[in-house]
Amino acid sequence: MSHDVLVALPIVIPLATAVITLFSYDSRAHQRIISTIGSGALLVAAIALLWTVNQDGILVSEMGDWPAPFGIAFVADLLSSLMVLMTGLTALTVSIYALGSMDPRRESFGFYPVFQILLMGITGSFLTGDVFNLFVWFEIMLIASFVLIALGGERPQLEGSIKYVALNLVSSMILLSAIGLLYGMAGTLNMGDLGLKLQDVDQPWLVTTVGTLFLVSFGIKAAVFPMFFWLPASYHTPPIAVTAIIAALLSKVGVYALIRAFTLIFTQETGYTHQIILVIAGLTMVTGVLGAVAQTEVRRLLSFHIISQIGYMLVGLALLSPLALAGSLFYVIHNMVTKTNLFLISGVANRLQGTYELKKLGSLYRYHPYVSVLFFVSALALAGMPPFSGFMAKLTLVRGSLEIEHYVIVAVALLTSMLTLFSMAKIWTEGYWTPSPAEVDGELPPGVEKFPGWTRQMVALFIPIIVLASLSVGMGILAQPVISLLVDTAEQLLDPGLYIEAVIGDEP
Amino acid sequence: METLMALVVGALFASGVYLMMRRSIVKLAIGLVLLSQSANLLFFTAAGLTRGSPPLVPEGETAPPVPFADPLPQALILTAIVIGFGVLAFTLVLVKRVYQTVGTDDLDEMRSTDT
Repeated sequence: MSHDVLVALPIVIPLATAVITLFSYDSRAHQRIISTIGSGALLVAAIALLWTVNQDGILVSEMGDWPAPFGIAFVADLLSSLMVLMTGLTALTVSIYALGSMDPRRESFGFYPVFQILLMGITGSFLTGDVFNLFVWFEIMLIASFVLIALGGERPQLEGSIKYVALNLVSSMILLSAIGLLYGMAGTLNMGDLGLKLQDVDQPWLVTTVGTLFLVSFGIKAAVFPMFFWLPASYHTPPIAVTAIIAALLSKVGVYALIRAFTLIFTQETGYTHQIILVIAGLTMVTGVLGAVAQTEVRRLLSFHIISQIGYMLVGLALLSPLALAGSLFYVIHNMVTKTNLFLISGVANRLQGTYELKKLGSLYRYHPYVSVLFFVSALALAGMPPFSGFMAKLTLVRGSLEIEHYVIVAVALLTSMLTLFSMAKIWTEGYWTPSPAEVDGELPPGVEKFPGWTRQMVALFIPIIVLASLSVGMGILAQPVISLLVDTAEQLLDPGLYIEAVIGDEP
Repeated sequence: METLMALVVGALFASGVYLMMRRSIVKLAIGLVLLSQSANLLFFTAAGLTRGSPPLVPEGETAPPVPFADPLPQALILTAIVIGFGVLAFTLVLVKRVYQTVGTDDLDEMRSTDT
């Protein structure tokens, strides 16, 4: 019984928080407090869930006590609970950051309830054990993200959201069609049951065809090559707190869905599908980082880096070896922490100097050294320099790929991380070292150079950044427990029998 | 029957995609509607069409006589239709706001956020 509660809590808490914030729609102050408490509670529930799953194995909760595969089952294995934990962490940090950065108009037009609904859609996608239910959670998440991106109604936001809405809806329709075909083939939509029934199907190529539809649909959501163009066209338009949360979580939901589908359901012709995924992963890494090198606006530059990092996350899935998959999962976690932090720091830089353009930024190192140190840590972590989290993630991934002798993808990954370092160095020199163009006679005009002081707003901006930066350092230095947990996760994923047995049970 | 439905689904998909590739945002919205309808219809057809035998259990039996129409896809499509309706409502409002703010319905004029 308590297990059922544990699995349901990460979905129920954001829902309850959203409802309560809606009740206090008139009071921004109440909404802010409730939303922060709700995100904190989500993090606590996620920690409890991961702890229990790590101790007791896969937890299954059958809604309404309908036994699987007839009812809808919610399944928390190590991967799901790990992703829920990361959702809780980013949710809490961005909630606190939003307290200091969100403008009153957006707050009073329902930013907090929609934010919580977004969280509910994301945790629901991670926990559900039913393909159609996954589609429904996707739609909840999407509609909330549509509102968050468009909220405020500025011209760039609206232009960005048209592209975002159109392409994500196309992806949903492809997913729905694929689910329909899958149901026609297997007569079930429970993921565990599908994994069981599709093992001994007569025409494996037919299953692979449907699998390719899933690959396209989840690929659009994860923003992989060549279907990523909506991401850099829309992610940089909303306020920075919104950009941070969608950049941290939304494309990772796509990655999660790909990992889940191609380790559990479509395992018939791994030689064919996973070769495609490997090529896609390589091309995603390279095109993403090349796009980033060409950019001079910090948020657009970081958006392209999201794409490039998605490539790393798919390499492990393509290679299907425990160590490589663990490396990819490390990348997912590391990227959620680091990328969120880079967006948050660029928001602080924007607050200090009023721009995201690298050409107009400058002198941040001279006037704001502590901001610079925080950026430096996250930028090096993203580029994969030791001793930060990115290095350990890359090391695990590269070792995993070398062990099974995939040298080309290793070369591509290392080249990509060099280009990443180059574009991070570009932000560093242009934004932090070069004198600001606003300087006159080597001095900034009065008012611009000064730090606004530790007002409550600035504290709210800095707490999440410091927490995330220290996590990034911590995961690099104390990597052993993280890696062993991730290797356990990868091994659990590569043995779909465990998942199937937990959901369906032993009876035929 | 399946062949006819397959042709209908194909035609709907094709028209939806064609409309989405036009420059007008209104046609984009109509294209999205057609796409979602064709996906629903595809789901309906792929799950198997059984005419005239509702899944009702006769008195004294424990299962309906085979073949019977599978009620599950219909329930799922109903869910998908409702979701599609909500998303469509949002899209229409967005299209209107975009038209008011940008002052044109031409997608080619909305390139300022592209890279």
